[in-house]
Amino acid sequence: MHRRKFFKQSAFATVGTMLIPSFLKAYESKHLGLNQPVGKTLVIVQLSGGNDGLNTVVPFRNDIYYRERPTIAIAPEKVLKLNDEIGFNPALEALKGLYDDGLVTVVNNVGYPNPDRSHFRSMDIWQTASDSDKYLTTGWLGRYLDANCQGNDCIAHRAIEVDDTLSLALKGQDLNGLALLDPKKLYNQTRSGLVAELSNIKPAAEVVASHPNVSYLYKTLAETASSAEVIYDKSKVTHTKTVYPASELGNRLKTVSELITSGVNTNVYYISISGFDTHINQPGQQERLLRQYAEAVAAFTKDLKTNGKLNDVLLMTFSEFGRRVKQNASNGTDHGTANNLFLIGGGLIPGRVFNEAPNLTNLDEGDLKYTVDFRNIYATLLRDWLKVDDQAVLGRQFETLKVVSQS
Amino acid sequence: MKERVNKQHLFWRAGFGATPAQLREADRQPLRKVVSQLFTNSRAFTPLLVVSDDQPDKKELKNRFKEGQLNREMLKDRIRENREAIRDLNVLWVEQMASGRGALREKMALFWHGHFACRNQNNVRMVQQYTNLIREQALGNFGDLLMAVSKSPAMLQFLNNQQNRKNAPNENFAREVMELFTLGRANYTEHDIKEAARAFTGWGFNPQGEFVFRRNVHDEGEKTVFGKTGNFQGDDIIKLLLERKETATFVTTKLYRFLVTDEIATDSADQQRISQLADQFYRSGYDTAGLLETIFTSDWFYEPKHIGGRIKSPVELLAGMQHSLGIHFEQKQPILYVQRTLGQVLLYPPNVAGWPGGRNWIDSSSLLFRMKLPDLVLKAGEVTIKPKDDGDVNTALLARKVNRLFAASIDWPTFEKAFQKGNGEHVLDELALYFLPQPLSPSQRTLLLTKVKKEAPRSEQIRTLTTLLLSLPDYQLC
Repeated sequence: MHRRKFFKQSAFATVGTMLIPSFLKAYESKHLGLNQPVGKTLVIVQLSGGNDGLNTVVPFRNDIYYRERPTIAIAPEKVLKLNDEIGFNPALEALKGLYDDGLVTVVNNVGYPNPDRSHFRSMDIWQTASDSDKYLTTGWLGRYLDANCQGNDCIAHRAIEVDDTLSLALKGQDLNGLALLDPKKLYNQTRSGLVAELSNIKPAAEVVASHPNVSYLYKTLAETASSAEVIYDKSKVTHTKTVYPASELGNRLKTVSELITSGVNTNVYYISISGFDTHINQPGQQERLLRQYAEAVAAFTKDLKTNGKLNDVLLMTFSEFGRRVKQNASNGTDHGTANNLFLIGGGLIPGRVFNEAPNLTNLDEGDLKYTVDFRNIYATLLRDWLKVDDQAVLGRQFETLKVVSQS
Repeated sequence: MKERVNKQHLFWRAGFGATPAQLREADRQPLRKVVSQLFTNSRAFTPLLVVSDDQPDKKELKNRFKEGQLNREMLKDRIRENREAIRDLNVLWVEQMASGRGALREKMALFWHGHFACRNQNNVRMVQQYTNLIREQALGNFGDLLMAVSKSPAMLQFLNNQQNRKNAPNENFAREVMELFTLGRANYTEHDIKEAARAFTGWGFNPQGEFVFRRNVHDEGEKTVFGKTGNFQGDDIIKLLLERKETATFVTTKLYRFLVTDEIATDSADQQRISQLADQFYRSGYDTAGLLETIFTSDWFYEPKHIGGRIKSPVELLAGMQHSLGIHFEQKQPILYVQRTLGQVLLYPPNVAGWPGGRNWIDSSSLLFRMKLPDLVLKAGEVTIKPKDDGDVNTALLARKVNRLFAASIDWPTFEKAFQKGNGEHVLDELALYFLPQPLSPSQRTLLLTKVKKEAPRSEQIRTLTTLLLSLPDYQLC
């Protein structure tokens, strides 16, 4: 899309958003051809560091769990029970509320063959969706962007990471996602120094012809400036009334919610928070992080409901691995393998525990064995939720989990 | 002019750029002489040392703690010191690159670091030994380098060969040595990997950080690798790998991407050249210096499409900027912060496959940060970007934020000496010729000229224009 065209549209849209009541906005975008319909939105929350799954979703009837974790196990009476076997860490009280409303699906034992216990490598595997013995240089959401990039419809901000820097997950072969911590900050960056003026300059034609990287750099710059402008123009008029907790995740989910209501043409949002590498004195730290997580997600869900978006947004939370069943000598846990994962939203078959609890008697060198490949989850998000060709992104067929509501 | 451009190209590809003074000297010499000077200047090798050889690693420290020689606080401090020493080594290496001393050696060590990518966060002694190994042998014989890296404790540890035992083989090292260090994909079978892994059983290291062959855990049985059968040990597999021509082709292709162009079309002249270069590399018994000399003295190396065709890696960008202007940071953090924000932290490669490089370095945020960097470095601008936390508690200190992060001394007087002639427009053209691989387009030129005050002293004009030129997308290329 040309910059000028972008500007016209966004300027018009801004006026529109201010004058037209929000129930008319759908009409406006449909009949004035201002936006492609956004359809479904996916929000990913990455818990970096390897969240301890067994103390997040607690197998409170399992003797092995209590035997292996004498000082950090969570007592059965404290657990927020989901069924006869497992329940949430009490710090997830806000999430339990969502579960009771049928909005949360817990998937147990998610992992991949030949697990790697290094943070970097395992995160690499999750972000690129590769086998553990292969190295890919593009991320799964980057390939999603590539696969959905046709003609003039190649826009970086179809996938936004709410951060200062872009993760591998959002880097494609032909197209990268857009990183922004907040729309205004990115906009200001593109207006400062030489950026604004340079993004309007075309490099010399003869240089471009022999040097494809020159045009690549200028194209990236122009697209960034365009996207930043469009997003800023649209987002500056939408301010949520919902109160979010003042945590980092709270702030970032608030930004996502405002972008969703602003009608920006974005289908995927990515957020990562860290601190989950709990080798030492785990309980206090993990509970603090889980509470922040649950409260931020609860505020986000409430906000979506208020805006009538609850059925159009699905939030997925994962971590690069779970942790060893047996605790260590420092009241913490060391790197493990398979882990649980949450899917949250109104578009799911009303919430439940999707599959069996982890089997603590059948371990692989002290670690859980996976039963659901994480790429089955990705396939579900791509094919059943975003309605795109999952094989083009994942390279081969993975069965989807039957969790998305068909209505 | 073309001569000057060619030499700048050479200095960027074979090192981290040249200072105006270096270029002036090179102006007086034929290209061949400049090439041979590069080798002469890299003949000496000085190890980078941050710890002595008896620095205990994390495991030893924990043992001492168990034996009561250290209390818990001391243990924590010593483990932290270990990690900080790895960070210090990183900074020392970047400073070495920026110094311009032994530029070709350091550039090739950077290549081998990406090729033999390895990380270890708890044992600075191993990391130091590995770093100096790839630096020392950077221009030597590839076969010797392969053998030495394969036997280095850092790599053995990284690829789990310490756990590779008879009856319980760990295939990690055997797989990567074939896929990433020598043959490349599709040139071996899973069976080759299984059998080679058996041959590598027993390769390990002792607590002193020395290679050991532990005969008692070595699988003495017969193995069949690449159709050859024998009582192979690890050394034999390395030799078999070097006998395969595919190894020469694989390594030469990777080097061609690093030095010449990373856009190699099938059925292109590039492919024919790679095949000739690989022939030479193989016939010479893997003489790296000879291969480099052929590349740097070939006409095709100086084809206009190659000049300014490559995207600088973050470390090349930073070290090159420091070298050009004689920049010395007061603190270590800015050197780590830039690497972290732009996605290339030396001694912390993402995985054993190294950094993907090329266009992978560039996305909206990394490009904006690269364009902001000159302002941060040259004008001590305000830092507003926070690199992502990778989740590992052990690397959190890499992202630590400090006040006056970019406080630096810059050798402006030496730099400015080279730009004393003519008016403002002439100064801009001279600076552009020095900093950029391609001339400015008329619209770029007009834009930059509007940013300088004509009545400002020459020195101020030079500094303003330098900051602007380094902020251009064009400066990201070499």
